[in-house]
Amino acid sequence: MKPAEFYQRDRTSQPPALTPDYKTSVPRSPRLAMLSLQGSMSEITGPTFGHSDIDAIDNDLIRNYAKTGDPVGERIIVHGRVLDENGRGIPNTLVEIWQANAGGRYRHKKDTYLAPIDPNFGGCGRTLTDDQGHYHFRTVKPGAYPWRNWVNNWRPAHIHVSVFGTSFSQRLITQMYFEGDPLIHKCPIVATIPDPRAIDQLIAPLDMNAAIPLDCLAYKFDIILRGRRSTLFENRLEGN
Amino acid sequence: MAQPLNYLKESASQTAGPYVHIGLAPGAAGFDIYRTQLGEDIAGPDAPGERIRVEGVVMDGTGAPVKDVLLEVWQADAAGIYPHAEDPRFADCAPGFRGWGRVITDFDTGLWAFDTVKPGPVMGRNGRMMAPHISFWLVARGINIGLNTRMYFEDEDNSADPVLNLVEQAPRRETLLARKTGPGHYRFDIRLQGDGETVFLDI
Ligand SMILES: [Fe+3]
Repeated sequence: MKPAEFYQRDRTSQPPALTPDYKTSVPRSPRLAMLSLQGSMSEITGPTFGHSDIDAIDNDLIRNYAKTGDPVGERIIVHGRVLDENGRGIPNTLVEIWQANAGGRYRHKKDTYLAPIDPNFGGCGRTLTDDQGHYHFRTVKPGAYPWRNWVNNWRPAHIHVSVFGTSFSQRLITQMYFEGDPLIHKCPIVATIPDPRAIDQLIAPLDMNAAIPLDCLAYKFDIILRGRRSTLFENRLEGN
Repeated sequence: MAQPLNYLKESASQTAGPYVHIGLAPGAAGFDIYRTQLGEDIAGPDAPGERIRVEGVVMDGTGAPVKDVLLEVWQADAAGIYPHAEDPRFADCAPGFRGWGRVITDFDTGLWAFDTVKPGPVMGRNGRMMAPHISFWLVARGINIGLNTRMYFEDEDNSADPVLNLVEQAPRRETLLARKTGPGHYRFDIRLQGDGETVFLDI
């Protein structure tokens, strides 16, 4: 395969490092300019995963931690595709998600919110996309939860999503929000994204076509990773 | 009006938040759910090369350790080959070598460590060799988009490395060098902000 590079990341639609309304970013944001690199072998390669790394049940959050029955909450399917900026599906890439339970509580030793832990809900799932880039999870809709920033900040319902793509330079973590949630536009973390269209791209619409009658609703969420350049008139990575 | 370009746009990043471990390393969050936790063995047992341990902390702008950071590393094997089809020498990569690791801190101290083999030099652009290095990507609460950097080794010849030489202020190159603290032991601290801010890469 001929080495290829990736389109430059469009930083105007990505959150900057320093976003003072999200207070934790203040001491954790680099202040000096990043060093921009043309892709080398170290950036255009990246880890690969296979079906030996995960189990089939890993994408079913209703069942993958169930002890005595199903978790409490609104049953949903989350599905979509992982695509690159050229609209091509990215096959066999690892998608990992994590979320709070229906009451807004995380199964994490650092979460002390007063909503109860659900004994039947772990809150994480993972899957590989198929040969067209499709993925799906079954879960329960997460609850909103309060967090310490301004005194009355609440996170909208959201699912954290981690994706690899085919190269280390495509690595991305984002969050999926739910259509119609009035908390989205009150959230300082959502507001770190400067471009309203980029925010809209993180809001999953209700997808009745993928709902299962008398069982669960569905939301559709496509994840776009940086596009690979075609091989026309490539800068040469190797040789002289 | 010109024709629309019709490219899709990369999804916006959002912070991994304080509970990133639930999704990426549930054992660290305090529970057991998957058969395997990914990224715990970078080199595998059979890869040739010098076995090394790298440790460090990530510090914020006040000098305090970032105790909830999660790091991922990506590297070539001891012969400088990446376990990925884009590497022309892929077929010769060391057996069982994954090249990728997920690194969790001690929540009390912020100290992290990982074991691997020392990578070899890797072919860079235009035939210029890159000195041995490990690519880093780090996420945490308060970090809006994952930060990339590279770790080089102070005991290697880094003088001709094309990336280090792009760093305009020579003293800042030091921020990309791991210090040798003993046989096979290296220390690599990352400073997010302030004096000695690490050089981060837009890759
Ligand atoms: Fe969250």
